[in-house]
Order: sequence, then structure tokens, then C-alpha cells
Amino acid sequence: MAPYFFYFLAFLAIFSALMVVFSKNPVYSVLFLVMTFFAIAGQYILLNAQFLAVVHIIVYAGAIMVLFLFVVMLLNLNKELEPHKSSLLKLAGVIASGILMLTLIGTFRGATEQVVGAGLSDGLTYNNQVGLVKNLGKVLFSDFLLPFELSSILFLSAMVGAVMLGKRDKEPIEL
Amino acid sequence: MLLTIYDFTRLTTAIHTWLTSKMGDTLVMLSEMVMVGLCTLTFFVVLCLILVYMERKVSAFMQIRMGPNRVGPWGTVQAIADTVKLLLKEGLTPDGADKLLFNFAPILVVAICFAAMAPIAFGKGLAIWDINIGVLYISAISSVGVIGILMAGWSSNNKYSLLGAMRSGAQIVSYELSIGMAVLSIVVLSGSLKLSDIIMAQESGWWIFRGHIPAIIAFIIFIIASTAEINRAPFDMAEAESELTAGFHAEYSGMKFAMFFLAEYVNMFIVCAIGATLFFGGWMPFHIGGLVAFNNVMDFIPSPIWFFGKTFGLIFLIMWFRWTFPRLRIDQLLTLEWKFLLPISMINLLLVTLIAIMGWYF
Repeated sequence: MAPYFFYFLAFLAIFSALMVVFSKNPVYSVLFLVMTFFAIAGQYILLNAQFLAVVHIIVYAGAIMVLFLFVVMLLNLNKELEPHKSSLLKLAGVIASGILMLTLIGTFRGATEQVVGAGLSDGLTYNNQVGLVKNLGKVLFSDFLLPFELSSILFLSAMVGAVMLGKRDKEPIEL
Repeated sequence: MLLTIYDFTRLTTAIHTWLTSKMGDTLVMLSEMVMVGLCTLTFFVVLCLILVYMERKVSAFMQIRMGPNRVGPWGTVQAIADTVKLLLKEGLTPDGADKLLFNFAPILVVAICFAAMAPIAFGKGLAIWDINIGVLYISAISSVGVIGILMAGWSSNNKYSLLGAMRSGAQIVSYELSIGMAVLSIVVLSGSLKLSDIIMAQESGWWIFRGHIPAIIAFIIFIIASTAEINRAPFDMAEAESELTAGFHAEYSGMKFAMFFLAEYVNMFIVCAIGATLFFGGWMPFHIGGLVAFNNVMDFIPSPIWFFGKTFGLIFLIMWFRWTFPRLRIDQLLTLEWKFLLPISMINLLLVTLIAIMGWYF
């Protein structure tokens, strides 16, 4: 069963990711991006990492994409208003992202070879319990305590910054 | 312990073993999925009929009038008559609307309601998917519901619909934080995200009684924030009929409108079921720690009766809100969340954590 689910989700993720780029309407792009996130969350569940899947949905599909949709709908962007890019710019974009893809493929291939070279006969020894919230919490609060706390301070400062930006307007708004 | 007398695990295990003896693993999974889906669908329909009838009767009671009393005994068949009317109506799609999204939005909203029902335990051993992060799963799924509302509002190509959807988005995204904090305080007390563990942690008393005042504050914040999250009065900014005609579903008619309407009621049931599970012990009978005889007498009442009794009690509370409080303005609504509920719930979470660490709960 699992391989079929994997292929279905992988196809869905790639298809909707492509549609994000090719959709003429920005609202459709955002909705396809939501679909991509759901497909990737499905892959996490196949890897028995339910916590990661759910957090992925809460943060990306539930919060960030809703704000994206908000902005796109409020500005009512559509293809008539979209600035036309010259073909030179398009070519540059294709070349730059092609190089990025090559780099990523190279890196991941290298990673697999390293793991195999390190003496693990079965490639990756994957612990299928690692994604459960209990194990994840233990690792986060013991081995990775400092990075975890640093990232929470980063979030806190971002929150304070957002509040300060919102408060900058001193004059009362006339209604 | 007499808790085992009404255990549905035996029933579900019996069905599973019988199916396994007849066919292969994949087919067993598929047929179980179909069975669960049919059960959920039936439950969904019956629930909506009951809730619509209940809302009309409760509102009539609040306003000292009779309510539906013509169709069937005490008007009980009124909801079915309304459903037939909605089924026969034409589902109009406006010319200027984005056809695909316009027709897809109600389906998405209802599908999300279905998905959010999965981890809820209706009785002992009667949950569809007792996932180990049940509480987080529900909040993840319900946070996606706003995408359906935004889709409906935008694709209608109507300024009132768009405004309603925007308001709804702002409201759901902000009130989600308070709900999360209130839910977290119970998670801290029980030490698990799994709904069955949270219920079992309340074996010697429900958290609202054992968790002192912080648990009661968490419950009040939860019920206010969830009323806002499901877009019900006094927080029904998304459809405020005196300002926005009908808000995000102004352009919908017939069955497509009915789907939004039904989703609202099912969402109400889901938040009340979660509230009952977290604060009132779900299907756990009323227990007082130490009084064995009393607890055993309480165990004779079947667990689904406890669950539905508590849930419908909370639903009545939310209906009571609707017919008692006037609607808030959008700025008052956001002020209430960001300046009052969120700071209170953050401090409350710290207090609950202190209680949980020191073991001060009963």
C-alpha cells in the first residue's frame, strides 16, 4: 500500500508545485501551494512523523498561506495588472534556478554516497519512531537545547518587531 | 474498576478479526475505511438535523415564542422539510464568479469538518483514529477551514462576500492563538497530546474541577475563542447580515448554501466535543477521587451518554451566547483577542504549568 501512496503524493506534490508557477491567476498559485504543502505533509505521515506533518500544516497551510491569500485577494492581483517581464529576465531566471537544482541534486547524491561509505550496509538506518512527538521533544530539549532556545529568541524578537512596527503610528486614525 | 462494562474496543476488534478472516490486509483496510466513512456521513446528517432543530427551539425559548411546531410532533420534522426545500432549490452560479473555486469551496469546507472528526472519542474505544497528537491534529485541520471561506468569498466576485471572508480570516487566525493556549494548558496537566490519554488522565475527576481556578479560566477562554473561531454570534463578523447582507456566502443558494450552513453546525459540534473532552473528561463518567462506590454507580451510565450529554450541554451554552449577546464590531473583536484574551491565556498557561510541576492539582 505504502509505495502507491508515496507515488500518488509525490505526483501530487510535483504537479501542484508546477501549477504554482504556471497558473495565470495568483490566487490559484497560492491554492496550489497549499496543495503542495498537504502532499508533503502526507509524505511525513508515511515516514511516521505525524508531529512534523501536523506542524507543517498548522504553520504553512494554516497561517502563512492564509496571510498570502489575504494579501493576494485584498490587492486583487490579476493577469492584466501583472507587469510583463522581458524575455532576457525570464532566461536569467531559468538559468539561475537550473543551477540551483543542479547544486541540490549534487548535494543529495553526495550525502547518500557518504552514508553508504560510512559503513552502514543498508544505506540509511532509519529509526521509524524518531518522528513521534515524545522522541522529538527529548532530542530537542537535550541534544539541541541551545539552537532550540536561540531560535525561540529569534521568534520572540520578530514578534516584538512586528508589534513595534504596528505601533509606530502615533496619531489617532480619523474614522 | 467497572469502566470496562461499556467498552466498544471489543466490538471494533470483533469486526476487525472477522474481516481479517475473510480477506487480505489491503481489502480489510479499504472496507473498514468505507464503513467508517458511511458511519460518519450518517452521523453528520443526523447531527445536523438535530442541531438545526435544537437551535430553533432554543432561540424560540430565549425569545419567549413557540418555535417550529407545525411539521410533525412538536415540529420535529421541520429540519427534514427544510432540507428537502434546499435540495429542490436551484444552485445558482453567478456569471462573474470564478466557477471552479465557487463550486469547490463548499465541498472543501464540509470535507474539513469530516477530517476534524477523526480523533474525537465518542465513547470508550469509539474513536476513528486515535492519533498520538490528536489535539494538534484537530487544531491543524480546523485552521485550514479558513481557506475554504476565503475561497468562497473571493470567487463570488462580490465586495460583501470578499469583506466577509477577510473578516473571517482575520478572526480565525487571531483566535486560534487563544484556543491553542487554552488547549495547551490541559495538555500540560495531562502530559499527553493523545485524546485517549487526556481522557484517562481525568479518571479521578475532570480537569475543570481538579485544575483549580487556572483550569476554569482556560475553559472560559476556550469557549469564547471557539465561538469566535466557528464564526457564531456574537462574533459572526463574517456574515453580519446588517452590514454585509450574508457575508462570504451571500452569492450561494440551494445545496451549496446548505453545505456552509451544515458545516457551521458540525464545527460547533466539534469544538464542543473538544471542550467536553479536554475539560469535562469526554466519555469519562463523573468521578470523585477516592469515593469508589459512587464512581462505580456512575460507571453504569454508558460512556456515549456521558460524552453526548456534556457536548450538548456546551452546544446549548454556545446557542445561549448567540441569542443573548449583541454582535461586536470588528475592531472590538480584534482588541478583545490581542489585548485581553491572549495576554490572559499566556499568564494562565504559566500558572497551569506551575500547578502541573508542583503537583498542586487534586
